[in-house]
Formats: sequence, C-alpha cells, structure tokens
Amino acid sequence: MQLLTCPWCGDREEAEFRYGGQAGVPYPADPRALSDAEWGRYLFVRDNPAGPFAERWVHSAGCRRWFTAVRDTVTHEFLREAP
Amino acid sequence: MTAAFRLPSGGVIDRSRTTRFTFDGTAYAGHPGDTLASALLACGRHHVATSISLGRPRGILTAGPEEPCALVRVDAPYAEPMVTATTVELRDGLVAAGLAGRGRLTGAPDPARYDSVHAHCDVLVVGAGPAGLAAALTAARAGARVVLADDQPRPGGSLLGDDASPAGRWAAEAAAELAALPDVRVLTRTTAFGHYDDNLVLALQARQDPPARRVWRIRARQVVVAAGAHERPVAFGGNDRPGIMLAGAARVYLRRYGVLPGRAITVFTTNDSAYDTVRDLERAGAQVVAVLDARDGDLVTGTSGTERITSVRAVAADGSRRDIETDTLLVSGGWNPAAQLFSQARGRLRYDAGLGAFVPAGPLPAVRAAGSANGVFGLGGCLADGAGAGTRALEALARSAHPVPLPPVPREDGPRPARVLWSVPDAGGADEPAFVDLARDATVADVLRAAGAGMRSVEHVKRYTTIGTAHDQGKTSGVLAAGITAGALGTDIASLGTTTFRPPQAPVPFAALAGRDRGPLFDPVRVTALHSWHVCRGAKFENVGQWKRPWYYPRPGEDMETAVLRECRAVRTGVGLMDGSTLGKINVQGPDSAEFLDRVYTGMMSTLKTGSARYGVLCGADGMVLDDGTVTRTGTDEYLLTTTTGNAALVLDWLEEWLQTEWTGLRVHLTSVTEHWATIPLAGPRSRDVLAAVAPDLDVSNEAFGFMTSKETAVAGVPARVSRISFSGELAYEVSVVAWEAIAVWEALLKAGVAYGITPYGTEAMHVLRAEKGYPVIGQDTDGTVTPQDLGLSWAVSKKKPDFVGKRSFARADSTRPGRKQLVALLPADTGRLLPEGAALIGTPAVPAPPVPMLGHVTSSYRSAALDRTFALALVRSGRDRIGQTLYVPLDDGSVAPVTVADPVLYDKEGARRDG
Repeated sequence: MQLLTCPWCGDREEAEFRYGGQAGVPYPADPRALSDAEWGRYLFVRDNPAGPFAERWVHSAGCRRWFTAVRDTVTHEFLREAP
Repeated sequence: MTAAFRLPSGGVIDRSRTTRFTFDGTAYAGHPGDTLASALLACGRHHVATSISLGRPRGILTAGPEEPCALVRVDAPYAEPMVTATTVELRDGLVAAGLAGRGRLTGAPDPARYDSVHAHCDVLVVGAGPAGLAAALTAARAGARVVLADDQPRPGGSLLGDDASPAGRWAAEAAAELAALPDVRVLTRTTAFGHYDDNLVLALQARQDPPARRVWRIRARQVVVAAGAHERPVAFGGNDRPGIMLAGAARVYLRRYGVLPGRAITVFTTNDSAYDTVRDLERAGAQVVAVLDARDGDLVTGTSGTERITSVRAVAADGSRRDIETDTLLVSGGWNPAAQLFSQARGRLRYDAGLGAFVPAGPLPAVRAAGSANGVFGLGGCLADGAGAGTRALEALARSAHPVPLPPVPREDGPRPARVLWSVPDAGGADEPAFVDLARDATVADVLRAAGAGMRSVEHVKRYTTIGTAHDQGKTSGVLAAGITAGALGTDIASLGTTTFRPPQAPVPFAALAGRDRGPLFDPVRVTALHSWHVCRGAKFENVGQWKRPWYYPRPGEDMETAVLRECRAVRTGVGLMDGSTLGKINVQGPDSAEFLDRVYTGMMSTLKTGSARYGVLCGADGMVLDDGTVTRTGTDEYLLTTTTGNAALVLDWLEEWLQTEWTGLRVHLTSVTEHWATIPLAGPRSRDVLAAVAPDLDVSNEAFGFMTSKETAVAGVPARVSRISFSGELAYEVSVVAWEAIAVWEALLKAGVAYGITPYGTEAMHVLRAEKGYPVIGQDTDGTVTPQDLGLSWAVSKKKPDFVGKRSFARADSTRPGRKQLVALLPADTGRLLPEGAALIGTPAVPAPPVPMLGHVTSSYRSAALDRTFALALVRSGRDRIGQTLYVPLDDGSVAPVTVADPVLYDKEGARRDG
C-alpha cells in the first residue's frame, strides 16, 4: 500500500486515490479541425514510458481534487506531486 | 500420561497450575505457558502427525512457526483447521488431533472475533529477542514512537527462560521498561507477516479468551527486522522420524519449557551452535550418547525406528560404520537469517559462504536487519547489532541516540568455522528417502530429478518439486533445496540465489484479513428515507449499487409476476407511486453553469427557461453513452441534474474532472444532493387528481403546468419541487421533498389517492413501463459501445452546438458505419414466451454450425400487462432496418424462439397519454 502525497491533504494511502492516466493531454481546442486519425490519437493513444511519467491522480476518497504526479513507472516511486 | 520428561524446575511455565488437554483421543496434562508441542514432548510424545503423501509418521522438528511437520487440527475450545503444534498455546480443555498434511474447514460457525487496527510509529522493531530489545530500547529512550512486535507470549526471544545470566535479567528489565513507556507499544503473540510499500507492515495478533485475531496495519518510518534465524536440518536417509529435532529447538524446549527431548540423545552438527544445546542438556541431566560433528567427518547416513527413532547409522571419516542406540537425534545444519520481511522490502540478500546462508547485504534507507536476522550470531554480537540498528534508525529520522547499556555476556571462544553441508553424500540414493521439505514429502532425489529434467533455476525447482510451497514457506527447506540444486548443476549457490520471499511469510486466516468487513458490513447498505415504510408494506427489495430499492410489493398470495402485472396495470389505468429517491441528484451552481452543461450534455441546456426541464444524455469523449437523466433549470445560474441510480457518483466525478482539469476557468460548483431529496414519482392518468388534492396552491392544469416543467409549491404542507417528468409514458409528476418529510408526504399522497386505487409500485414495474415506451436504461440496454444514435436518441443530440463532449466522435468512421447495433423491440411469436436477458439473436430458424453469426442480444425482457404479452428490448445489428423481420433466439432447452423485430416504442407512440 503506497503512500501518495495529496497536495492538499498530505500523505494518504493509495486506496484513497484514483488514477487518471497521462497528464498534459488537453482536450483539443477545436475537435472539428482534427482528422479522424488525430482525434483517434487523442482518444486512445497515450505514452507508456519506462521511467518518470507525469500522471493525473484524484484524491477520490478525500478532498476529491485532481493533481499531477510524476511517478517512476519502473520503481513505482512518486517523484513529485503538485496541484 | 505423566510428564516424565519435564524437569523439576526451569522454564517460563506456571507449574502451580495444571492444564488438561486431549491429543488424538489421549488425555494429557501440561502447564500454562506450554505450547501443545512442549506439553506433548514433556509427556514423551514425539509422533504427532502423518506426512502428506507418503503417510510416514512425523514428529516435532522445531519449536516455532517454522515447523514443517507437526500439523494439528484443533477441535476445542474453538476449531482451527490446520495449525502447527509448536504455535498452539496450551489451555484447559484443548482438544487436538494430528493431521496428514492438510486440514479441512469445519463448516461450523466460527466464534472468533476478527478485527484490524491501524498504527503509526517512528520505529517498528520486529522480534523481541536480544537484538530487537536492544534496538527498541535504543529508539524508545531517544523518545521515538516505537512498536515492538513478537510472536511469543512474552518478549525475550532466545533469552526467554534464562533468568540466571545478566543477559537474561537485562532482557526482562528491558521488556518491563518498554512496556511502561507511553510512546511504546509492545505487541506480543503478534507475527509480522508481510512488508508492503512505503514501510507498511502487516502483523497478525492472536488472543485466546475470547478467541480473537487482529491484523495490525503498522505504518513505520523505520523498520528494524530482528526476527532471529531459523535453524536448518541436513538431508540424510530417514531424516524424518519422530524423535529427530533441530538442536536449537531442543534448547528452546529445555530453557523455555523445562522439557527434555529424550533420555539418550545423539547430536549431529555442522557448526558450534549445537554444543550450546549439548552443554545445557548435560547440565540438565540428559545423556548425550554421541556428538557427530560433520567437520570431523562424522556423518549420519540413516536411522531406524517405527514410530520413533531407535538408532542412528553413522559413518566416520575413516569409513568405519556404527549404529548408535538413541531415542532422540538432534540436528544442526546451520542457521538461516529470518530475512523474509527484509527481502519483501526489496532488500538484497548475499550468500555468506562461511554461514552457508543468505544474509542481508546491507540496510535499505528505511529497513534494516539486526542480530541473527542480519547474519550476526552470538549473544554479544546480536545485542550490539540491535543497539546499532536502533541508533541508525534514529539517525535516519534525524534524532540523536544515546548508547543503551548492554549486559555483559560470557566471552565467546574463537568459533570453529562451520561446515556447509546440505545433504550427506549419496543421500539421494539412500535406502530411505532423504527429505528436503518434510511438509511436502519432497526429497533429495526429487531435487536431483528436477535438475535432471532440465530445471536450471531455484524457482523452477520449487515449482517442479513443490519444495517451499507449504504452510511454512520453506523456512527449513528452501536454502537446502538451493544448495542441493547448485550441487546437482555443478554451480555456485551464490549465483543460483534463493526463491523470492513473498508475503505472507506465516499463515494468515482469510477471516483475519476480512476482519469486520463481512456480512452486512462487507459493503455499506444505503436505504432511502421511505425504507421503513417499504419494509412494513412487505416489499421485496433489489440491490441497485449499494441501495436497497423496493422491487415489488406482493399482496398476500401473489407471486412476483402477478404483483408486477397488477402494479403496471394500476399505473396505466389509475395511479401509482414509487420511491425514486435513489436517483442521483446533482445541484449545479455558478454563473457559467449553462455553458458548462452545454459542453457536457449532448443537448442544449443553456436555452432552458427557469422552471423547465429537459432530457439529457452524457457521452464520453469517445461518443458512447455514459449516462442519462433530466436537467432542470431551477434559477438563472442554477440547475438540478438527475443521474441513474448506479451512476450517481461516477457522473459527479466525471463532471468534476472536466471542471478541475480542462475548464478551470468556468465558475461552476457541483454538489451531490442525492440524499437530501426524497423523490416520489406519481404516475398514471389519475396522478393529476391526486396531486391537486395535496397541492392546493398549485394550478395543475395542462396549460399552467405542462410536460417538462417544474414548480415549487407546498405538497401536504411541505415545501416541495414538483416536476412533470415521466419515465412510464403516463401523465406523471415527480414530487421531491427534503428527506425528513418523505414519509409524511408519501402517506399524504397515498391517502389522497385512495379513491383512485393508488398503488405503490417497485422497480420491476418501473422497468416494464419504461421498456414498453422504449426508454433505455443506461448500463442495462447499453454497454459502453452504444452511441445516442444507436439508441434512437438523435433527437436529444444538438445539431446547433459547435462542440460538446463526444460530438467529434459521432463523425468517426466507426460511429457512422452501416451495421451498427441499434435498440429495437422484440415481440416473441409465442406471446407467453419470456426471452432470457442476454440471449443471442440469429437470422435462421436453425442454429448453424459454429461460428454462429450473431446479430445481437436481448437487453431487457418483460411481461406486459398493457400489451397482454411478453416483449423485449434488444441491440440488433442494423436493427431499425430490420423492423418487421423475423429473427430467432436459441434457448437453453435447444429450442429456437422466433421473434418479430419492432419499433422500440410499443405503447402510446404518439405520447398522448404523457402529454394529457
């Protein structure tokens, strides 16, 4: 049971959190301007690095706020958590 | 049976009291403080169990949880299906019996209580032997919050029962001091069984009266593993006879319980530690008939005896052989540090060729081993190593440590190097099996066979031979197997390594892990404000998520079908009411609420006038339907959303996610008000009459209160929101009041409806009524691959809005391809045939050879009072183009039911009733 540091609540157990996938994938400003392939990439394709990865997490059983965390996907170590 | 092997003094047992127990039907007596094993040994009984596959008699090899052989079943005072005799604390009235390798659950109710506790500390010390006590005392005296966990009834470890020496007295004083310190928690009878991420250690605590098990979830900033070491045997032919015991275990029985293992004792050792046992045995008056030291070339090659060892066959360095008459053979093949927790924490182990054991290679930032668990042997070394580990744990916490005075220990003579011996030569070809894992009846020959079959890794040998997979997790056999494997492969055990240590390192009952989270406490049960009324009325309930919802209200003598048909008929012909309080309700406030809802719903919500409602569909960005409900504008900047019962939390989270992560500039606040409001749908042609009777201030005429509008008024004198919304297709209203007033308003509605035969109806009738109208239930008629267009809900998708979540996906090639599954109704040719939900649809009257081309499946299926027949909803490939066609549903009984595809709206297609 890992500990995550919620930027608002502090250290909490991982069971209080929900994972939200890769961070920094904004909703496209004008989806109509995208080709099917480009829109498909937004919907379905995410990075999957071995190493540090910026991810979205939400403290779903706590303050229910979203934040970004950088996690090493090899060691599972959380390197940084920020609003 | 008399305790002929109990010494007149010594041990930490209470000799003033006698504890009577029964084993395998024979009555015995022991003392409080005994284990079942020590009490049996005191009575001269070694043979307690039978081996799992060969059926050989088995005795007591060890004095602790590492025991591979002495498996017993406890029948009284409360049942435990499979435990080791070495860990069962003796108590009056204990009834136990030996097992043949595996136990059976009794099926009887379990009287034990199970619970769990969370604890947090600066330093967790696992093991209260010399090293653990020194570490805990060092940390505690520096003011750290300390938890000290030990599996025995009292602290002391190897010093338990040693009252005479300065070290023994020091241990007792240290334990007393720790117990008295306010920031120290000493957990006895507590086995730390697993180390998990970020220094979470789980420990199982046992209590006898009343029986209880408690799982401690200890989050520690620093962990010191001072769990001691497990002695390992040597493999030789017939090394499993009762009366064969590890030398260190014999010393424990002697010192802790005042028990001699036998009268004429032979010792076979590879190292110095067994000589401590020899010295203590001789001091206690036992006869040690021979000490066979492998370092001198003396080896045991076999044993004899039926239910207990009677002689040992030995060979000397010069090749001479002799038989030694003996009733007990004590064996020491060296010691394995109990580094399980350290290894689980991903601490690296290295092979120590001198010890013939894997020892911690060095501390982790927050986990360190100490004492013999760290490969340090000898009392003085363990005390110093423990104190050092405590100091370094404090340093890691940026606390200063003061040296703790340690007791003087007798000077340990320059030790003679141990001989690393896994098995005696030719043990694989001995007359009798030479066991490696006694719990699994796995032998040296089995390991050689595994190597011969091509296994090259200890993990493969483990799985091929099952060595190390029993209740004891190979504590006495794992390294032995690795050593023998290395020998067979002609490789080095250091490079071969050990199998991976995984939690739990000791058996844990599932009931303890479940704790209180079982039965009604397994999952929260949510009930509405009207629940007590439903119960009194005899409602049958169905679970919808965590909610209990009234399913139907049977009258005396009614079955479900009759009751549901009656309830449906009442709504279609008179008036019915139901408890809709479980619908998710979300209050939306803020100046950007309208803009926000336009972005997330497929329909246009910003043009809604205050006091108007609209059906709304939520899609994912992929264009698939996520949920549906109504959107009511309750003010300029305020809306009330409803969601399906099961998706209430999901929808709130979904909306929050967009607000927090994408549209952070929108000034919108969301609040769940699901449990604030009790909602009562009132449906049927007479619903207006009922409402008029209880809401005198409300103009209920169609002109003043039209479909999809919402009013605030008093209902039965209670402030209420009344919305003209219909999920049945009938003229209908939803009456929402604060939950406190729910019963009063419900009863007022019932009273007002008496003249019209008002009927409470449950979720089943609700489903039939909505299905007759072709209204889909998200999650039942959809599965995450269904667009609003597939459901025939294009009318609820705005053509005007430039974008909303999901819109772009409607233009994807896959969303527009022909042949998508669409929602249609099915009318079975046999009007009494109720199709099973989930049944597949095919295009031919006979089921063709596989693979059978499937056209879709039944999503909802009911018996309709209004249609006087059965019907179903289904997702069917190109369903709307197939209306009027006959399709076929293969059934479990081998028959095939023909069905006609129909428009999903089977009742009142014009909507005249709803708008009336």
